[in-house]
Amino acid sequence: MLRFILSKLLYLVPTFLGITIIAFSFVRILPGDPVLLMAGERGVTPERHAELSAQLGYDKPVVLQYFDFLGRLLQGDFGNSLVTKKPVLTEFLSLFPATVELGLCAIIIATLIGVPVGVLAAIRRGSWFDQLSMTAALVGFSMPIFWWGLLLIIFFSGILGWTPVSGRISLLYFFPNVTGFMLIDSLLSGQEGAFSSALSHLILPSIVLATIPLAVIARQTRSAMLEVMGEDYVRTARAKGMPPYRVIGIHALRNAMIPVITTIGLQIGVLMAGAILTETIFSWPGIGKWMIDSIARRDYPVVQSGLLLIAALVMIVNLLVDLTYGLINPRIRVK
Amino acid sequence: MTDTPPTTAPVRLSDAAIRRRMLAEFWFYFSQNRGAVVGLCVFVILVAVAVFASIIAPHDPTAQNREALLVPPFWQEGGSAAYLLGTDAVGRDMLSRLVFGAQYSLFIGIVVVSIALVGGIVIGLLAGFFGGWVDSVIMRVMDVILAFPSLLLALVLVAVLGPGLTNAMIAIAIVYQPHFARLTRAAVMSEMQREYVIAARVAGAGNLRLMFKTILPNCLAPLIVQATLSFSSAVLDSAALGFLGMGAQPPSPEWGTMLAEAREFILRAWWVVTFPGLAILISVLAINLMGDGLRDALDPKLKRS
Repeated sequence: MLRFILSKLLYLVPTFLGITIIAFSFVRILPGDPVLLMAGERGVTPERHAELSAQLGYDKPVVLQYFDFLGRLLQGDFGNSLVTKKPVLTEFLSLFPATVELGLCAIIIATLIGVPVGVLAAIRRGSWFDQLSMTAALVGFSMPIFWWGLLLIIFFSGILGWTPVSGRISLLYFFPNVTGFMLIDSLLSGQEGAFSSALSHLILPSIVLATIPLAVIARQTRSAMLEVMGEDYVRTARAKGMPPYRVIGIHALRNAMIPVITTIGLQIGVLMAGAILTETIFSWPGIGKWMIDSIARRDYPVVQSGLLLIAALVMIVNLLVDLTYGLINPRIRVK
Repeated sequence: MTDTPPTTAPVRLSDAAIRRRMLAEFWFYFSQNRGAVVGLCVFVILVAVAVFASIIAPHDPTAQNREALLVPPFWQEGGSAAYLLGTDAVGRDMLSRLVFGAQYSLFIGIVVVSIALVGGIVIGLLAGFFGGWVDSVIMRVMDVILAFPSLLLALVLVAVLGPGLTNAMIAIAIVYQPHFARLTRAAVMSEMQREYVIAARVAGAGNLRLMFKTILPNCLAPLIVQATLSFSSAVLDSAALGFLGMGAQPPSPEWGTMLAEAREFILRAWWVVTFPGLAILISVLAINLMGDGLRDALDPKLKRS
């Protein structure tokens, strides 16, 4: 197992270096003078330009610049935002819990609905339930989620008036930031109505973000179940006279879950892309909205480091998924 | 399957006849999937709408009418037959804009898939055919591109290149290209082991001929399926970029851009928000249905089961 982990880690090194090269080159291929772009100043004198250039290290050869960049990254220095002047890493960490809370809720919804629907569709293959749920899954898979979010706002916020339109919690409530997760913090604060306010803000964005993963998980579960149920050992279990719920629950489901768990894990990239759109629609103060706003404000240090941090994060989560896969399926390890 | 397709070939057939039989077999499996046929019909209608947009559309898609701002669809109170699906905030006809929007979506899909497909095939062929360090380098670069969430990378690329339809298409094509490269490489590597490739090499075929004439035609099935799926993703992602203000710029009637312009009216005029999104959903759904049918018809592994 240790060898498996090490080989996977080693495999990531070139990918990580590649990501840093992309983030590094990003500023240099932007149209315009990189020194001015990164310093966020305009109309500077030649002396000031030379000073800035030296300060940012742009007067050195490109290769040296890259190693400087890499060195700073490894020390945790991701540069400062041009707009807020705060370190990019600080901003990232303060906004990150909001995105995690949203993403976790979405993946929980997607799994809790997607897996049972997929299993049931596979067991009742060809039934009206199978056809209906798989049609719905295909619609969900094809959904432009930015439009889906607007529709939900029209219906639940506009017509029914049930849910708020934007933000994480009503402005009436204020409490210390303990975990960064609004649902937990509002409970800890003990203020009346705070939790339900946080929940009502969270529900629509999570549904929107859950839509595509839900469809993917339902489809994947169904096909994995169908494949497993055609295996010899399932037929043997049936032939032995085992009750159907045991055949499905113990023999089929357990084995069908292996590819499904991978699918769930691999949705993280989909979630991150979805978070950009979902957070924009619902003004959710997370990483996705931060990136969009930074691109619009030309806050290039934020875009550069944000891109890097998000890619590194997705890479690490994918590694964890790979490792889990190796843990539940020993055959992978030996390869 | 009880009824088999007409594949029992007589002794000799001309190339054209073989091709006709292959098409017949393909259609046999494709038409088994009802959803795929429905998807194909919708897609054909979509293409027709895009081609004949200037005949079908009742109005100029960019003409503004100050007397008819935010007119609701004809079946609602205050609607008029002159504007069947109503008008937007500056008095442009929704139906005409949607009709012309079909041109954008299909154009984007075709361009993105063509660039990604050609690039991916060439890169994947090189990697799979030569193997060794060429393969390692190419595949690590593909891994790096795949490490970024696709929409985020496309957004940043557009930020570099500057917002606009052309740059959005280039960005999306770059992001999709690794999928084609990986598929091509995998298919090439398995075909390389086959005897016909060795035979062709022994017969003196050069590398280029081996790559493009001998191997490539036998790797096309998974690529066609992936191309269909990418087509629908391209329509979705370019609409998303348009929605975020990084794709086609107003006043062009691209569906995502239309949605972005409509956002502020969502609680006052439901039609300006609903119809463009519905158009995106229907197109993407139709293409995905077709993709499922293509996969069933082209994937020999599924065919036998």
